[in-house]
Amino acid sequence: MEFIIIIIGAILVNNIVLAQFLGICPFLGVSNKISTAVGMSGAVVFVMTLATFVTFIIQEYLLNPFGLGFLQTISFILVIAALVQMVEIILKKIAPPLYQALGVFLPLITTNCAVLGVAIMVIQQNYNLVGGLVFTMATALGYGLALIIFAGLREQMELANIPKAMKGSPIALITAGILSLAFMGFAGLV
Amino acid sequence: MNQLQNFTKGLIKENPVFVLLLGMCPTLGVTTSAINGLGMGLATLFVLSLSNVIISLLKTLIPDKVRIPAFIVVIASLVTIVQMVMEAYVPSLYASLGLFIPLIVVNCIILGRAEAFASKNNVFSSFIDGLGMGLGFTLALTLLGATRELFGAYSIFGLKLIPTDGILVFVLAPGAFLALGLIIGIINSLKKTA
Repeated sequence: MEFIIIIIGAILVNNIVLAQFLGICPFLGVSNKISTAVGMSGAVVFVMTLATFVTFIIQEYLLNPFGLGFLQTISFILVIAALVQMVEIILKKIAPPLYQALGVFLPLITTNCAVLGVAIMVIQQNYNLVGGLVFTMATALGYGLALIIFAGLREQMELANIPKAMKGSPIALITAGILSLAFMGFAGLV
Repeated sequence: MNQLQNFTKGLIKENPVFVLLLGMCPTLGVTTSAINGLGMGLATLFVLSLSNVIISLLKTLIPDKVRIPAFIVVIASLVTIVQMVMEAYVPSLYASLGLFIPLIVVNCIILGRAEAFASKNNVFSSFIDGLGMGLGFTLALTLLGATRELFGAYSIFGLKLIPTDGILVFVLAPGAFLALGLIIGIINSLKKTA
């Protein structure tokens, strides 16, 4: 029951892109086509879950016991950067089809602030390991949901007649605003 | 390029937020009021100008292959300093900016300037470049924060102009997207006519 609340909260109510503004750069950057949005979402779910697992272990068994809390930011970002590289190398070797699907998106993820953001959030909100992983996975799915819906909207928008000054990023931002309004409707759910 | 041009390009022509669309997460996330926008802008300005200086100093020492992790370490150390200073001296601002302070590390503007400018230019130009870009970012964030505060709460820098509640949606999440979209749209149309 507790997990269901965490999952609904993270996917719909506190959607990471539309309510918390994390991971906006790829949200605006790779959302031109549904197919790339799906690939990016897959890569985010994969890396985010793995990153939270590793950073949680580091916080619990390295930073906390030795009183090194101030090294949190620096150690987490290095772990994430290293992890992304490692995932890329391993996938290339053992699962070439998966690498083909996710490959181009992996390097982009290091600078996706959603990954670091969620890793820090899990620590700040005092989740245990299992709860933290459930929360992370749900958050990543929420990210994917927002990204894919947005890509669908933008594909339709290609055909619309938009005033010249609003073409490109302005209209994309306004669309995101309306999508965010729609997601606010879920606010009373949890 | 002379230093003056180098300085002003970040303010208007290559404004990181309005023109290059970099650093969107803090831009949208913290600008619920003008003062939050200003605070975030200044924190980023500090990190950006110092990281540009340090990276420019170290550019010959850092091997090309590991430059990105090396840049990230420099930036993360500076962010940790900002984080500790803000927590000690401006705890209320620190609380309202929250998660976005550690996330300055992954602000694409900082790594972008390190890679595109500081690793190729001398210390002084890098410092000026960081200062200009940082001020451009601060300007954009303050403008967006002021706009949202003006419509959302009818106040500016906490000073109430009309004593009623504002259009609440501007302070909530959707307002950030709408306000930024409209501002960029207005800038684009001004550019066309000018």
